[in-house]
Amino acid sequence: MKRRHFVIPTAALTLAAAFGLSSCKKTDDSVINIGEVAALTGGTATFGQSSHNGTQMAVDEINAAGGLLGKQIKLHTEDDQSKQGEAGIVAKKLISRSKISALLGEVASGRSLEMAPIAQAAGVPMISPASTNPKVTEAGDYVFRVCFIDPFQGTVMSKFALSKGWKKVAILTDSKQDYSVGLTEFFKKHFAANGGTIVGEQSYGSGDKDFKAQLTAIKGGAPDAIFASGYYNEVALIAVQARELGVSAPLLGGDGWDSPSLIEVGGDAMEGCYFSNHFSNEDQAPAIQDFVKKYEAKHGAKPDAMAALGYDSAKILFDAIKRANSVDGPALRDAIAATKEYEGITGKITLDSQRNATKPAVILTIKDGKVVYTETIAP
Amino acid sequence: MEQFFQQLLNGLFQGSIYALIALGYTMVYGVLRFINFAHGDVFMLGAFTAFGLHKWLGPTFAAIPWPVSLALTLLISMVVCAVLGMVVERLAYRPLRNRPRLNVLITAIGVSLFIEYTGQLAFGATQRPFPELIPRTAIANTGGLTISIAQVVVLATTVLLLVGLRFIVMKTKMGLAMRALSLNPTASTLMGVNNGVVISFTFGLGSALAAAGGILYASLYPSIEPFMGVQPGLKAFVAAVLGGIGNIPGAALGGLIIGITETLVKGYSQNVGIPSGYSEGVAFVILILILVFKPSGLLGKVEREKV
Repeated sequence: MKRRHFVIPTAALTLAAAFGLSSCKKTDDSVINIGEVAALTGGTATFGQSSHNGTQMAVDEINAAGGLLGKQIKLHTEDDQSKQGEAGIVAKKLISRSKISALLGEVASGRSLEMAPIAQAAGVPMISPASTNPKVTEAGDYVFRVCFIDPFQGTVMSKFALSKGWKKVAILTDSKQDYSVGLTEFFKKHFAANGGTIVGEQSYGSGDKDFKAQLTAIKGGAPDAIFASGYYNEVALIAVQARELGVSAPLLGGDGWDSPSLIEVGGDAMEGCYFSNHFSNEDQAPAIQDFVKKYEAKHGAKPDAMAALGYDSAKILFDAIKRANSVDGPALRDAIAATKEYEGITGKITLDSQRNATKPAVILTIKDGKVVYTETIAP
Repeated sequence: MEQFFQQLLNGLFQGSIYALIALGYTMVYGVLRFINFAHGDVFMLGAFTAFGLHKWLGPTFAAIPWPVSLALTLLISMVVCAVLGMVVERLAYRPLRNRPRLNVLITAIGVSLFIEYTGQLAFGATQRPFPELIPRTAIANTGGLTISIAQVVVLATTVLLLVGLRFIVMKTKMGLAMRALSLNPTASTLMGVNNGVVISFTFGLGSALAAAGGILYASLYPSIEPFMGVQPGLKAFVAAVLGGIGNIPGAALGGLIIGITETLVKGYSQNVGIPSGYSEGVAFVILILILVFKPSGLLGKVEREKV
């Protein structure tokens, strides 16, 4: 009897050791594992698909050029279905199961806010391509972004509205998205401090389709423009319904508008509306046009800002891996933090002490069913 | 005041859509005592059928006047979805007909998820623009009130379908059989009713209504995606319960009440400091209140059920 008691734990231990060893061997493979969380399906699917295309392009390029540190890059992509809650789960999965060295994503601020503390706790550097809410990088020193932040973006749109002579602006916020709430907050602050008046403030939740009630209330204030800080799918419907109600004021927004779907769905209603963005694919700089051409050849469409930011976030990570000469958490973290004057597609990227990129924004307008470059506003 | 009337109108049109979807829920429940949770997904399939039709027959449709092309689209999509509804009933629900009701309810949720995710696989996850079947131009602009052609058509179609449904249930032989079945399935079989056929018909009719709802909804809010049926489906379900589930005029009344209250809350909650984004909760608060104070719904009859 005694002997038997001894045999079973020993066998179990041996087995465990064998598995332990084999899993060790697996992580020590000849590849560098990089995780990516993107909304490939769901409400903001074009964001995830674009940023993923950009990221994948960067990975393919570096692998074709021989990889990094003598190893190939392996990208593990997880779809969070545009769902709050899902982003955190898949980030955990990537860290614990795929043993990733770094994490790329998410575009939406609300979902990056879920992933950031997880990456921070695990000591895995995370780079968000396009989350502009300031709180994202406040999660800790392992969390970075390659885009500007909402205080800047909100201020830019407020400056722009004032420069157009629009003194009365109504506001429509997506109260379910940290991104939209943040943008509205900074727009309001700057606009009110510089002589503008907010003539109506309404909100809705992502996924809503009917905005007539809010727009009717806004119509009462007779605004010169409406600041709609939400994402493209709701904004397109807002525009359609505003015109139906006889509201002709132009809509203003942020980079959350950047999707081909905006004009497909919004159609004529979007004419003459403005939004701020990270880059314009009309920019004639050779590096940008080169990127546009490569992207178009591969995906049959011009890249939007999310694609460019996805590409930049991956390239900055690779640059840091090269400089750190390691994929070890702390070393990689320091290398990313030291990124200076990196020539990205979306501008020169320098990460400040808050791990945010400082970059100019472009203002785009919709004219004849196309997104047209209007002006650049520096920070 | 002007703004208030505009809000009432907004609510009326929104409510008429809920009413239309609620009709389908309530009818299936009225006959079979079972909530078909996949109703909202058939609603989505209706919109996508119309979308597909327009992709396919676009030039033809553009050449004929819009009321004709709308009628054709509605008719074809309703028939397609009716067939789909019957197929779903045949495959998913019929095998469970004599099983506990809970099994059927869970299956309905399964069917709903199945349609949603298959839809995502087949149609893609991104939203698509819905063709302008009904002109969205404003017809009336008197006294600052705006009504679009699309809204009027939606309201008129809802009334038409409501009357038609009432006619089928009250005046036709099939309707008589449906009522008999709902009263007592065993007795109706003894009286020569073919329950299988009646149940199939009920599902077909319910799905056709859902398809019409989907097309009209997409005409008002012109973007469609595989999950578009979830929210309106839920609201319509609440509307059906509110009006007294199983009761056809009740569903219409419930839809209008939910639509109008929701719009008023959205339009005025900001005045008392609640962001309008929270209006979503209203439908469910109403549901809870109704269940507490009048569980049978506004127009529903009190029924004793053995549990």
